[in-house]
Amino acid sequence: MIRSVPRSRWFISLYGLYLLAFFIYLALPLVVTAVFAFNDSNFPSLPWQGFTLDWYFADAAESGNRTGLFHDQGLLSALWVSVLVAFWVTVISVALGCVNAVLFERIQFRGKELLYLVMLLPLVIPGVILGVSILVFYSGMANQVSLNWGIELDLFRPGLPLVIAGQVAFITTLSTLIIAARLRKFDPQLEEAALNLGATPIVAWFTVTLPWLLPAIFGAAAMAFLMSFENFNTTVMLTGSDTPLTVALFNRLREGSTPVLNAVALLLMAVSALLAMATLRRS
Amino acid sequence: MNRTAGKLSLLLLLTPFVLWIVLLVLLPHVQMLRVSFQVRESWDSLSWGVTQYSNFFAESYYWRTFIRTGVMSMLTTALTLLIGFPIAWYIAKLARGRARGVLFLACLIPFWASELVRTYGWMILLRESGLFSGWLQALGWVDGPVELLYNDAAVIVGLVYNALLFMVVPLVTTLDGLDDNLVEAGYDLGGNHWNVLREVVIPWAMPGIVSGCIVVFMLTLGSYLTPTLMGGKDSAWFTQQIFTQFITRFNWEQGAALGVLLLVLSSLLVWLGLRLTGQNLRKVLG
Repeated sequence: MIRSVPRSRWFISLYGLYLLAFFIYLALPLVVTAVFAFNDSNFPSLPWQGFTLDWYFADAAESGNRTGLFHDQGLLSALWVSVLVAFWVTVISVALGCVNAVLFERIQFRGKELLYLVMLLPLVIPGVILGVSILVFYSGMANQVSLNWGIELDLFRPGLPLVIAGQVAFITTLSTLIIAARLRKFDPQLEEAALNLGATPIVAWFTVTLPWLLPAIFGAAAMAFLMSFENFNTTVMLTGSDTPLTVALFNRLREGSTPVLNAVALLLMAVSALLAMATLRRS
Repeated sequence: MNRTAGKLSLLLLLTPFVLWIVLLVLLPHVQMLRVSFQVRESWDSLSWGVTQYSNFFAESYYWRTFIRTGVMSMLTTALTLLIGFPIAWYIAKLARGRARGVLFLACLIPFWASELVRTYGWMILLRESGLFSGWLQALGWVDGPVELLYNDAAVIVGLVYNALLFMVVPLVTTLDGLDDNLVEAGYDLGGNHWNVLREVVIPWAMPGIVSGCIVVFMLTLGSYLTPTLMGGKDSAWFTQQIFTQFITRFNWEQGAALGVLLLVLSSLLVWLGLRLTGQNLRKVLG
């Protein structure tokens, strides 16, 4: 089964067919979603009615019944909410990830092994549970405080702060792992050299260690942004009146699908592809 | 660095970590556990009890869905391994040079789209007015539109699709380290394909298999979108019941109990998987 072991011809062709089928299976749903964003029909299904950009640019006020993505206030504001949430999640989880990476890679202390396992915990907790537990804790606390003292802690009610908290809870673990992996390969002698040459620890950190970590920090930031943007399971439990895009799309989908959803999906794929490409090129 | 400075920097670095893990992970879960043992007697009085847990065992709908979710997740994991292994083997051992990188990247492509978009793609393909139905009619294999969505098979197709990446990546990583000479030696010593696979390849790939299976199982068990959108009336998923208790029925106590049960199930199976194969969590995840 390796190159040097002879294989029969039918085995090779069968294997080839399997690979082909596999990659068709991977690509098909995405290709179909993308193609139907341009179908000139009110439903994302066959038959093909011709090419149109209506699902991006049509304005119901001007031209009848179709509302394209760029005139759909509901979707646009959901998109903005998602960007806002993803931005804060990225900032917080990457900052925490840097600190955690230094803590676990550079400092020796008792109980480190145990704390490392605790740090991994958010990865083995299903996203729904993570959302539910944060809802129970913070929203329950807000209820109690309101009941006992009459103070309204709106920050802890379902809404964007809780969504950000829920996503930071597990995305921080991932960013920590990415940044720690890079820090592990860092040669501490470089930092010692900086210290010997008269730099203070702070200066050494900013001029030697941080530049070395930069690719991992960019990678972690791209990952955090995408994970936050695409997250549904944790978000849906914590969202209030401002719904992020995935939740808004889910609600639309339950009402029935129109090609506007395909248009949004294609836009999202394009943006993630660009982001992924930018990170790959950097590293 | 002197001792005080060392202590101070440890404290400074430890504080954000502790705040994050305690405030966002540990305390909420302790509170969820606490709430699951609270019984609401009237709108403002609570007592301790296990009513929510006895509800779970008394109401067959709950535990049936629980078992169903567990079994379907294991089935999905096994299928993902079966489908993903030959692909990982090809990428790690048979493909060369550029083809290798291209194939590996091709495996990542679906993950440029979110789970919602991927599920939506499958809905367009499988539903009654969908493409497969149209193609089958065009081929003359069926007379009218056929509904391929809203059944367990469709759910499995969607779940396997979502999980493949998390199986293929760890498999490629471990198979990469397998020395071709070991495989050759297996054949030279008279082994056939099956023997070599069982005695050489699989033992070597075990860490990758375990870590892939654990991640896939966890993701599948906790998934919500795919079973909800692609499943039919009878394909309830356990996360949906948690969702219903919290969002629709506003019964937090029952929802918390179901959440604890799901967490226990997933931790137990992950722990068993690690135990049986002699792996540990740190190696598998970190």
